[in-house]
Amino acid sequence: MILTDLTIARARNGLRARDFTARELTEAHLAAIAALNPRLNAFITVTGERALAQADAADTALARGEFAPLTGIPLAIKDLFCTEGVRTTAGSRILGSFVPPYESTVGANLLRDGAVFLGKANMDEFAMGSSNMTSAYGPVANPWQRRQDADAVLVPGGSSGGSAAAVSARLAMGATGTDTGGSIRQPAAFCGIVGMKPTYGRCSRWGVVAFASSLDHPGPFARTAEDCAILLRSMAGHDPKDSTSADLPVPDYEAACRRSVKGMRIGVPREYRVDGMQGEIETLWQQGLAWLRDAGAEVVDVSLPHTKYALPAYYIVAPAEASSNLARYDGVRFGLREPGEDLRDLYERTRASGFGAEVRRRILIGTYVLSAGYYDAYYLRAQKVRALILRDFTEAFAHVDALVAPTAPSAAFAQGENMDDPVQMYLNDVFTGPADLAGVPAISVPAGLDANGLPLGLQVIGRPFDEETLFAVGAALERAAGFDALPQIRADS
Amino acid sequence: MSLEPASIRRIASLARIHVEDAELPALAAELNGILGWIEQLNEVNVDGIEPLTGAAQMALKMREDVVTDGGYPDKVLANAPERAGDFFAVPKVVE
Amino acid sequence: MTYAIEGSTGAWEAVVGLEVHAQVISRAKLFSGAATDFGAPPNSQVSFVDAAFPGMLPVINRECVAQAVRTGLGLNAHVHMVSRFDRKNYFYADLPAGYQISQYEHPVVGEGKIEIELADGSTREIGITRLHLEQDAGKSLHDQHPTKTYVDLNRSGVALMEIVSEPDIRSPEEAGAYLRKLRTILRYLGTCDGNMEEGSMRADVNVSVRKHGEPYRTRCEVKNVNSIRFVMQAIDAEARRQVEVWESGGAVDQETRLFEKGTTRSMRSKEDAHDYRYFPDPDLLPLVLDEGWVAELKAKLPELPDAKKRRFMHDYGLTSYDAGVLVAEQATADFFEAVAKRRDAKLAANWVMGDLFAALNRAGRTIADSPVSAAALGQLLDLMADNTISGRIAKEVFEAMVDTGGDPAAIIEAKGLRQVTDTGAIDATVASVLAANADKVAEYKAGREKLFGFFVGQVMKAMAGKGNPGLVNDALKRELSKE
Ligand SMILES: [Mg+2]
Ligand SMILES: [Zn+2]
Repeated sequence: MILTDLTIARARNGLRARDFTARELTEAHLAAIAALNPRLNAFITVTGERALAQADAADTALARGEFAPLTGIPLAIKDLFCTEGVRTTAGSRILGSFVPPYESTVGANLLRDGAVFLGKANMDEFAMGSSNMTSAYGPVANPWQRRQDADAVLVPGGSSGGSAAAVSARLAMGATGTDTGGSIRQPAAFCGIVGMKPTYGRCSRWGVVAFASSLDHPGPFARTAEDCAILLRSMAGHDPKDSTSADLPVPDYEAACRRSVKGMRIGVPREYRVDGMQGEIETLWQQGLAWLRDAGAEVVDVSLPHTKYALPAYYIVAPAEASSNLARYDGVRFGLREPGEDLRDLYERTRASGFGAEVRRRILIGTYVLSAGYYDAYYLRAQKVRALILRDFTEAFAHVDALVAPTAPSAAFAQGENMDDPVQMYLNDVFTGPADLAGVPAISVPAGLDANGLPLGLQVIGRPFDEETLFAVGAALERAAGFDALPQIRADS
Repeated sequence: MSLEPASIRRIASLARIHVEDAELPALAAELNGILGWIEQLNEVNVDGIEPLTGAAQMALKMREDVVTDGGYPDKVLANAPERAGDFFAVPKVVE
Repeated sequence: MTYAIEGSTGAWEAVVGLEVHAQVISRAKLFSGAATDFGAPPNSQVSFVDAAFPGMLPVINRECVAQAVRTGLGLNAHVHMVSRFDRKNYFYADLPAGYQISQYEHPVVGEGKIEIELADGSTREIGITRLHLEQDAGKSLHDQHPTKTYVDLNRSGVALMEIVSEPDIRSPEEAGAYLRKLRTILRYLGTCDGNMEEGSMRADVNVSVRKHGEPYRTRCEVKNVNSIRFVMQAIDAEARRQVEVWESGGAVDQETRLFEKGTTRSMRSKEDAHDYRYFPDPDLLPLVLDEGWVAELKAKLPELPDAKKRRFMHDYGLTSYDAGVLVAEQATADFFEAVAKRRDAKLAANWVMGDLFAALNRAGRTIADSPVSAAALGQLLDLMADNTISGRIAKEVFEAMVDTGGDPAAIIEAKGLRQVTDTGAIDATVASVLAANADKVAEYKAGREKLFGFFVGQVMKAMAGKGNPGLVNDALKRELSKE
């Protein structure tokens, strides 16, 4: 039995049955990290000793017959989640030395349930990117390779690229991520794993470094829908420290994975059929719908008329919020400080050298769209378009239980591609952005491979706080697809 | 609306980001590319639409007036690039 | 009597609006659980939220909202059942997040008004534009080091009410009256201690000048003036400066200024003031007030100065002036009422505003720690009423009460000040005084009637002031009228 190949569900049972110890499980993953991280760069920081201490604590608990939902399960934590006593960089030079004195609520929930933290996963700087190329700590390699030209290094997607690559390559059994415009679902699709973006307010944002507060959605990565369900149940829940956290009970998502889709109405948003979309993606989409029909679901066409305006609206709202959220990185209380002849000069030099090009770009766009004389033309109009996008979903969900569409318009591309034109890179989120603007939940599951042998994902989008239906549909697609392809780069211990 | 180097300077200074003159042309091209693409929002009819600030559709919860936090100056100052005793220190500010 | 600046081109009037930042009385901060006490060691009352650490989020304090609502109700203002928080973006050393959470487009309280009373007894209404909740910034100390500014974030995140007036104020005197009245109302409500020395009440003063009847001209904002006297000086100084600018053919430009050593000067650190990039704070949701809750707060409001003044005039027959003086401080009003209850209210008012205030001034004390309790002063009035002592003796007894804190009856007994009402004793003294002054009695009878006062004085003197004045008068009249 290869420990690093186990699902969280199976590892949980193995631990409880004492087939192996939490220390063995953690050591296997630390060994995989030692072997492959130099090549993948999925982790910015590895916390081996801590992980082993947590694993030993888990073994003590297990010996006493005490099992929490995640006792002894080794996870990767996106470096956007503040971890008490462990450096948290947000993928940025400006936080290169920042050690938070607190644990994010989501992280604390996972620790409460017995999880083991292997380290901090690489990511696009401040979660701004779709390729992990903007990280100040270097790009992440996608564990998957093209059949033709296998030496092209592919991106894992972003912004949660390190989390997705780590789970895909078996360096971790699961990971946390955040989805602001697609940052969980697109990397999950690129790396052939499952990524879930819950409803806005389902997972607390407290202790998660803010990119765009009204759009940031913490959520899980894992290799199966069931594993994502297990992780989400621990991560989710009302948090009085986050005013936007929803005060609702957290259902048993694991059970929802076993629900039948018989009689469900599945919507196919016609506006997601865009030109320039990879041919195999259209085929896979139709295949996915066929699988659901076979499972007893009814498939109907729906319209989300404002879909094409989601990304332009997103690229006003997100930078606007980011320009304000990132004002606190000023070299005064924490993080990088560059000397200056006066305080203003200190600010300008600190922020110029601390932020990378993409972050600087978005701060400038955000500052501009909020500035005197432009607010109405840009920010206010974008908020109205956002209202229309939510209305599109609300009307669709009056007729269907869930929507099924491709996660991304293409499979993983090579490092260096789509780099010359920012807008080209932004278009990666064309299918994921709308759900973030509306705050509705969505899950991406691997459903097949393209001609080059690269994984492709389908996403299921659902009603607010109805993650259960998404797990049911996602698990149904998973079962039908029987996706068992493996990335070329992966742990084999 | 297309951004002139002068307006980029103004925005960069509002955002407190130092920009070298040499960077301006490239930056202008990128920003104008993005803004040009964003312009398509003008096609959308938004008459009578209430702006949506966030996805959370609820009212603000209020906490009780109890002191539950603070009292740890060392933690607050631990990450400071420069401190003077229990103060943060910055170059002298002229009001 | 109206304020005007005589320029070379004629008289100018000042147009003034005030933005008062009043620190809300609450245990914890507006959006964090850190304490708000004044004068704590640097950065000891700072949470990670107040220091704007990564990932920290604001959660609003119910009591701060309640205080804003109470204040709105106390200012006869319109309370908005739905309001919103916006971010005001600017960089400053003591603004950790790079933005201040404030209420820009939708404040919690809308239009209201304050009635002010001026020295000549006239009253004026000053409009309130709005009241909104916002966070205070930290404190920058520029004088601790030759080349550095030190930053203390204890104040960062403390709740402020920004109370904005209409530009209805026309003189330094009106500004002073407005601020004193506002402070009185806030103190009655218990929503702000109004302590300007500790900075819990600060004013931004918007000043412009114009010839009478003209439309408004450009205004300047004089920031953070921290005493009523300075506000009045700042208005005068800034108005005169602007008159000079206009009259010398120049133009006043809209800017933020600082009041220093009796004059105002342009403020450097405010060059972004024109572009705060306000937008709704995405970390917070709309503030929706519950009707029942607001009604409850309204029902529990204390009697406010204007109502109390009206009641004092009506119930106690006081003049507008006296009532105004007595309600200026809640403690004074309460003291007065305790003394006046079931007694001669006018007499009570005279004693409180006269002898008591004088004694407090001399002792440098406030009514709160008065050496003479309301009960004791009340007893003194009773002892006058039942003729145990005369008004003149009462003054002497009162002084003793101030010095010893003792109660009047005991002092009277100890000093034997009880007044004599025994006519026998009075008649005897009168007889001996008249006998000893036969010459003056003759003059009196010859028509020098003003000598009567002399005889009264002599009798009182002989009785050590304790003779009942009425009985002494009667006895003298009777004896002197005998042929
Ligand atoms: Mg102001
Ligand atoms: Zn203010």
